[in-house]
Amino acid sequence: MTTLTKTEDAPAPTGPEGFLSVRDLKVRFSTEDGIVKAVDGLSFDVERGRTLGIVGESGSGKSVTNLTVLGLHSPRTTTIEGEILLDGKELVTATERELERLRGNKMAMIFQDPLTALSPYYTVGRQLSEPYMKHRGASKKEAKDRAIQMLEKVGIPQPKVRFDDYPHQFSGGMRQRAMIAMALMCDPELLIADEPTTALDVTVQAQILDLLKDLQQEFGSAIVFITHDLGVISSMADDLLVMYAGRAVERGSVKEVLRSPKHPYTWGLLSSMPRLDGDINQALDPIPGSPPSLLNPPSGCPFHPRCAFKDQVAGDLCSQERPTLAAGRAAACHLTAEQKQTIFIDKIQPRLR
Amino acid sequence: MLQFILRRLVGAVVTLFLIGAATFFLFVAAPSDYASLACGRDCSPARLESIREALGLNLPVAQQFWDFMSGIVVGRDFPDGHCAAPCLGQSFYSGDFVWDTIMDRFPLTLSLTAGAILVFLTIGIGAGMLAAYRRGSTVDKLATGASMVLSSFQIYFLGPIVLMIFVYSTGWVESPKYVPFTESPFGWLAGLWIPMVVMATIFTAQYTRMARASMIEQLAEEHVRTARAKGMGKKYVFFRYAWRGSLIPIVTVLGIDISALLGGGVVTELTFSLQGIGRLAVDGAVNKDLPLTMGVMLFGAFFILLLNILVDIVYAWIDPRVRLS
Repeated sequence: MTTLTKTEDAPAPTGPEGFLSVRDLKVRFSTEDGIVKAVDGLSFDVERGRTLGIVGESGSGKSVTNLTVLGLHSPRTTTIEGEILLDGKELVTATERELERLRGNKMAMIFQDPLTALSPYYTVGRQLSEPYMKHRGASKKEAKDRAIQMLEKVGIPQPKVRFDDYPHQFSGGMRQRAMIAMALMCDPELLIADEPTTALDVTVQAQILDLLKDLQQEFGSAIVFITHDLGVISSMADDLLVMYAGRAVERGSVKEVLRSPKHPYTWGLLSSMPRLDGDINQALDPIPGSPPSLLNPPSGCPFHPRCAFKDQVAGDLCSQERPTLAAGRAAACHLTAEQKQTIFIDKIQPRLR
Repeated sequence: MLQFILRRLVGAVVTLFLIGAATFFLFVAAPSDYASLACGRDCSPARLESIREALGLNLPVAQQFWDFMSGIVVGRDFPDGHCAAPCLGQSFYSGDFVWDTIMDRFPLTLSLTAGAILVFLTIGIGAGMLAAYRRGSTVDKLATGASMVLSSFQIYFLGPIVLMIFVYSTGWVESPKYVPFTESPFGWLAGLWIPMVVMATIFTAQYTRMARASMIEQLAEEHVRTARAKGMGKKYVFFRYAWRGSLIPIVTVLGIDISALLGGGVVTELTFSLQGIGRLAVDGAVNKDLPLTMGVMLFGAFFILLLNILVDIVYAWIDPRVRLS
């Protein structure tokens, strides 16, 4: 079970922690235009064998968070505060060498676009073998056997032949399978999947999702699944974290968040999504405006400029005070529980039917 | 691959023929001809006619062209003797066989090119890669700054300064001259190090900038990030994943530069008073010497085409996507 027992503002060092435990993470990039607060006080936990979905618009900090977990940010321009604990090991302060030993070994990442994420210059087989040889000290032969075994496991036909192919000789779906096989070479205990199916056809997408679920059952890995597709998340994740402007705005189990969302942003995301069984005459209801600039984020609640319900909150609370995200099932919003309940039942739920 | 190379070679021959034709007919169409130039001011029609006769200029233009082009393949007979294939004709001005003249001058051009390339490839690319590897460090700033300044220099600016310091003012070394490498390797280097260093300096600066930019671009590629995400070390990622892709723009420019250098560098040769292929090109044009101009033109074009094919082969070696399409 994912433990959601900490508040964002109290990164206490004691208490139960997940296998991956992120505490009050702040990631800042210095750019020519100023400091970008890409992630601003984020906490979450993931247990072994569980999947945490992270949703949010582009630029909400989902990908940055996970690149930071792996230590793949550019050290020259990035400053990081907070804690990232993997199985009790602190990663923020870890040396590059320590991180290298963990990457591709204990923690692995599946990237979004397998065409650009695989090197065009080396065979798929070589790219798969490398981490196994490095982390396990395996010989070329052992690594090749392992790679062929993994290619077979992810459903690539004739893995022995395909081992010597280059990525461009693979189809899109096969490339993503190869990418997954590569991430799984060393049986990682943490798997971060950054929109692994976004670039694929829906049919292939379903196959890849099934594959990931099967592999999770087999290996018992913890998975962090990043996407902006709520349909994918509902079939994939156990728990859900909704991110907005570098912060978590709502969290809970997938069922709770999708069935009875409590944050106006989550309402907006759900209302923006077309439904297969919906009335074709009913217009979608997108969130007005666009995500805020992280160079100069809005004061108070970062969502308030786009929020349709902020006038129900007394005074200027929304533009002045940043709402906190309480422990467990929670949403970071100044609306009272009763107000949320009323709005959801009266205005949001009818649209989702 | 073999088929690809063969196809390119056939294409190159056709291109050479077309370049030859264009040069020839443009030259013929030019308003003055060598015969009247050679005949001088007090030229009698009879004398002019005999010069024309001797040079073969009274033949139909198409016949002249055919004689020239076929001579390249099978050789030609002149009153002075047989000109073996590849015969590029006999200079109007000097009466020498053009091929022999070119072969006489080419070792110098080849020496300068080889010396400069050796320096600018190793130091230029090395410095650029190091600067990219240590981006933002003092080494990077130094390399970027120095290459910015040096690459804006020109040979005719830097050359005379170096000559002034080492030759004219101090007399430390002799003026640049060509001594065949086979005769004396030391003499060869002693005679040519100044032009080599000056050429190499400017090219090194350009290649440093190019290599650095290309490398930085590659390091930002997603597949390079993937390699890091697999836990591969920084050096490994740099030299295996980023390096390969960064070579492509370098190879492209290198091909152009080598063919231009082998085709002769007039500015370098004039600056250092050396007799190379570049001088020949100028002489041919100034003296209205059709065979010499044709010869130098085709010789230079040959290297451009050759290097183009070589660059394509290197592309295929670097990038498997090129290999298979």
